[in-house]
Amino acid sequence: MKTIVEVKSLVKNFPIGTGIFTALNGVNIEFSEGEFAGLVGPSGSGKTTLLNIIGSLDIPSEGEVIVLNKSVGKLSPRQAAQLRKEELGFIFQNYNLLPVYTVFENVEFPLLLLKMNTEERKKRVMETLEWVGLTEKVNSRPSQLSGGECQRVAIARAMVKRPLLVLADEPTANLDSANSHNILQTMEKLNTELKTTFIFATHDEKVIGYLRRIIRLKDGKIVEDKAVD
Amino acid sequence: MLLIKTALRSLIGNGLKTWLNVFVLSFSFVLIIFMQGLLEGWNRQAVKDAVKWEIAGGQYWNQKYDPYDPFSIDSSASALPVTFKSEYAAHQLEPILISQGTIYPGGHMFSTLLKGIRADQHLLALPTNLLKSKNSSDIPVIIGMNMAKQTNLKVNDIVTLRWRDVNGTFEAVDIRIAGIFKTPVPTVDVGQIWLSLKQLQKMTLQPNAATILIKSDQVATQTLTAWPFKDQIEMTKQTVALVKAKSTGFSIFYFIFLMLALIAIFDTQTLSIFRRQREIGTFVALGMTQSQVVGLFTLEGTLNALLAIVAGTLYGLPLFIYYALKGLSFGMDTSSFGIPMDDRMYPVFTPNLIFGTIIFIIVITAAVSYLPARKIARMKPTDAIRGKAL
Repeated sequence: MKTIVEVKSLVKNFPIGTGIFTALNGVNIEFSEGEFAGLVGPSGSGKTTLLNIIGSLDIPSEGEVIVLNKSVGKLSPRQAAQLRKEELGFIFQNYNLLPVYTVFENVEFPLLLLKMNTEERKKRVMETLEWVGLTEKVNSRPSQLSGGECQRVAIARAMVKRPLLVLADEPTANLDSANSHNILQTMEKLNTELKTTFIFATHDEKVIGYLRRIIRLKDGKIVEDKAVD
Repeated sequence: MLLIKTALRSLIGNGLKTWLNVFVLSFSFVLIIFMQGLLEGWNRQAVKDAVKWEIAGGQYWNQKYDPYDPFSIDSSASALPVTFKSEYAAHQLEPILISQGTIYPGGHMFSTLLKGIRADQHLLALPTNLLKSKNSSDIPVIIGMNMAKQTNLKVNDIVTLRWRDVNGTFEAVDIRIAGIFKTPVPTVDVGQIWLSLKQLQKMTLQPNAATILIKSDQVATQTLTAWPFKDQIEMTKQTVALVKAKSTGFSIFYFIFLMLALIAIFDTQTLSIFRRQREIGTFVALGMTQSQVVGLFTLEGTLNALLAIVAGTLYGLPLFIYYALKGLSFGMDTSSFGIPMDDRMYPVFTPNLIFGTIIFIIVITAAVSYLPARKIARMKPTDAIRGKAL
């Protein structure tokens, strides 16, 4: 399988007061196309930081992170934005939907950034909403949806542009058990059908139960990297 | 298009706060255009009235004439230049002789300027046809309403006039108020008595003399050293300057209103950026650069101005049209204001005024919106996503 993420000797420091906090300390890891992997660990273990750097939302202090053949630390803000816009999808714990937009418009937004034509855009949005089972809610606003529905909109928004890589940060943290399983099954289905790579940052056992690869982090270091059958 | 759509949605999503900002801004916008339109209308009307009542196509002034020197007025007249003979005959040039006198209405003494003009002139709007005397002992004069009010004189009143002839000899005669005219131009009214040119020339022993010559705009201007020409622009420059000074005074009110609106927008923008950090982070995660997000929020603030223009047009346009057609009355006597001012003022809304104000408000709103939006560029997207960047 083709490698799409390479993390080499990654160190990430954050200034705290007069000192420095090392969130990631010498991390080395690779992700291949089509993986359904999770960065697992307690709060402060560095999983979100690693996910943010892979997502080009942050840059390494030391080492190198190569995403789809692009070194994140060497990208200009415009190039990093381009990478996120074209190749990456994000799913957040708090859904982060645009509150003034309808479900359709939230999902449509990444395609507008890609300047896709109206007809193709509409078709793609409806198709994606069908995957996540929200075709009935196209005209609803986020405030009219349940937490599970909001997260499914967020998944649709991440998937609508058919990204190679989806980064999901604690996607089930605000959901009940039934909704968590529902959205995990949705993501698992998308991973299987579209071969999209999913990388999670989580400490939720429900999510861990679905992962095919678990990378455990502790104090900014990888302490375990195992494939699950 | 995407940015505009997103900005507009977010702006409208702000609800009442947006509409309050829009109302205050639209009010400033309508007020600025209305007041400036009123001043422009006043300016144009003042110039038009001055031309109609006093200036015509311009004036030749006797080089000795200084309207601000009462000691030289009586000796500042001289014979009408021969070069103007044909224009004079064709009534395209009207000589005016100016002298000083005193009237005694109701036993009071009242200093006045005497102005002699031909009864059959048609260059000025003055009702000079009333200056034709019934008999040799009748000396008809006309005065303005302001003068009539000050002196308590009415039509057909007889009042004693005393003056000095060119030799300095005092003379006195009874004059008849043949007419009282209403004019918006105080400089042909206040402290002035108009009488027949021939009569005044005879009274002052200055046959064929004139102090100023009023020219029709149908004839060409001549250059004469003894009679320097004052065109309409020069003659009205004081009025124009006065209206301009008023306009500057009004700017203080515009500034206050505009500041209120802009402070409200600044406050809304600052609050909006604080509240919507997650949204900002999301925009960045979806592939927008931080400078694009700064642009988005600046645009959102600037759209306040565009909505204000739409709102202002909705209620301002009917007002502008109504007052431009019907005029605006201040319900008070404006004759003592010292500058040409009609009873009704008709605002003039020029494209320059309207589009200039629109552009000014858009630019200044954009600037005010940009200031808080700059914070976005300094935000860490990872913190913004979690709503902890500020």
